[in-house]
Amino acid sequence: MLKLRNVATNFGNSVIIRGVSLEIKKGDFVSLLGSNGAGKTTLFRTIAGILKPCQGTVEFKGRQTNRMSADKIVKLGLSLCPEGRHLFPQLSVHKNLMMGAYIRRRDHKGIKRSIGQVQELFPILKERKEQMAGTLSGGEQQMLAIARALMSDPELLLLDEPSIGLAPLIVKNIADKVKAINEMGTTIFLSEQNANMALKITGRGYVLESGSIIMEGPSNQLITDDVVRKAYLGA
Amino acid sequence: MKYNKFLKQNWLYLLLLIAALSFPLVISSRYYIQIMITALTWAMAALSLNLILGYTGQASLAHAGFFGLGAYSLALTTKAGLSFWLALPLAGAFAAFIGLFIGLLTLRTRGHYFAISTLCFGVIVFIVAGSWIEITKGATGILGIPKPTPIPIPFIGELSFTSQTNQYYLVIFFLLLFLFIIYRLVNSLQGLSFMAVRNNEVLAEAVGINTFTTKLLSFVVTNFLVGMTGGIYAVLMGGVSPTVAGSNLTFFWLAYVIIGGVATMAGPIVGAVLVTFLMEYMYSLGEYRLAIFGLILIMAIIFFPRGLVGVFTRLYQKIKDYFGGIRGGGAGQNAAKSRKANETL
Repeated sequence: MLKLRNVATNFGNSVIIRGVSLEIKKGDFVSLLGSNGAGKTTLFRTIAGILKPCQGTVEFKGRQTNRMSADKIVKLGLSLCPEGRHLFPQLSVHKNLMMGAYIRRRDHKGIKRSIGQVQELFPILKERKEQMAGTLSGGEQQMLAIARALMSDPELLLLDEPSIGLAPLIVKNIADKVKAINEMGTTIFLSEQNANMALKITGRGYVLESGSIIMEGPSNQLITDDVVRKAYLGA
Repeated sequence: MKYNKFLKQNWLYLLLLIAALSFPLVISSRYYIQIMITALTWAMAALSLNLILGYTGQASLAHAGFFGLGAYSLALTTKAGLSFWLALPLAGAFAAFIGLFIGLLTLRTRGHYFAISTLCFGVIVFIVAGSWIEITKGATGILGIPKPTPIPIPFIGELSFTSQTNQYYLVIFFLLLFLFIIYRLVNSLQGLSFMAVRNNEVLAEAVGINTFTTKLLSFVVTNFLVGMTGGIYAVLMGGVSPTVAGSNLTFFWLAYVIIGGVATMAGPIVGAVLVTFLMEYMYSLGEYRLAIFGLILIMAIIFFPRGLVGVFTRLYQKIKDYFGGIRGGGAGQNAAKSRKANETL
């Protein structure tokens, strides 16, 4: 479904991503591990078309997307849930969800169905429907950000650090929901610093360091790997 | 029951509408009616400026330029014999068409650079209007624009626009039309995308909004509306001169939007009417009025960043919460409601 070949991305004068190649198949649940500044967010923004790679190719559903504009990539079925709970803070929860469905704004029935689905997944969003998104708690905001990303009915969901700055109990709750989303058929690429959480729910993982993939493999092997344990699990 | 609820929610707007409609019937002074006509024309210009500046977050300083394009377009076409009712949308379309090309160029820049490049275009229109004597008649301008073509009404006769009262209602009609268009636009998903671009471009792109075409659309609609406003102004004044494209007009409208309330429906109208009447009231002070005007503007930016409308809604909510708290004891619920009521980006 998603294929990166030797992708490099610059940010100003500095090279952030140095020749990353990876592949994600339909239905996969894959994690991208890496510490602060490893380039996870830059890599995700490159895949979503917000940043353009200076080298290499990105292929999504068999089409080369590295020169496409971000809105066209969203229309192809890729949705990015940006890092740091980006929301429209002064719009209601409901309107934030509607914004997520912007690319299919003529499909009223489909939007209604999707709203029903995400409200079933995150019942709190139904309760807080009319409240301003900025007044939600951190965990609720993250749920809303994920729900909004789902509103475009994506085939591939890029989740950029959903656990950042949240209490452990809420992280667990969100991890369960993300797993449920994958089980319902959405392919998910999850970027995390919280390797413990990510490796428990995903099937496969990549480890990113200084802009390069230094390791990849099944999650249950990575979790026992000495390098990963030392660097990310504090063991 | 349904009507009762409607009245309860919108009593203020209905009251204002009645006041606006009965204004020339109650006030007999031609002087005040004329000021009101000018104020409401400026309100229309400020409304469209609010669309690109307030809702989309792009400070276009070419507003008077497009106003001038519309005014000159209407002057030339009606003098050539075209009916006002055809010439007016044509004036809007002309401004929008030029706006499309200017937008394609200038919207590639951001923030201050967009403001500067649009300001340049505004100045170019002003200079061309003053120098292209064969078409625009230079500094004297085009005079003797015919009044709007009368509309025939069966059995009653025809509706002409020679009287001041009827001109007032013409302006009110277009003001309401503009309000309706902007209200529908801003509350649609398309309008939400304007605000999304203003608030967070990265997020806007992540949800699949093409930020450039969204800005361009907002710019074109804005210029269509202000082009029409220019046309209405030209027909009411009976003539145009290069001053209609002067950048000082843009700055006045900008001030109306800021004083009234950026990105609110009522703000531009409140700002335009209040400031225009205030300026008239202080007429004897001459040029010194601008100093007072500047002071008001600075105070507004520092103390009321959401303008007079923002101050008013906050006061209204506080009063409502206070009384709601006494009556129902549900202060928390009311607070949640007020958060919803303040839902503007």
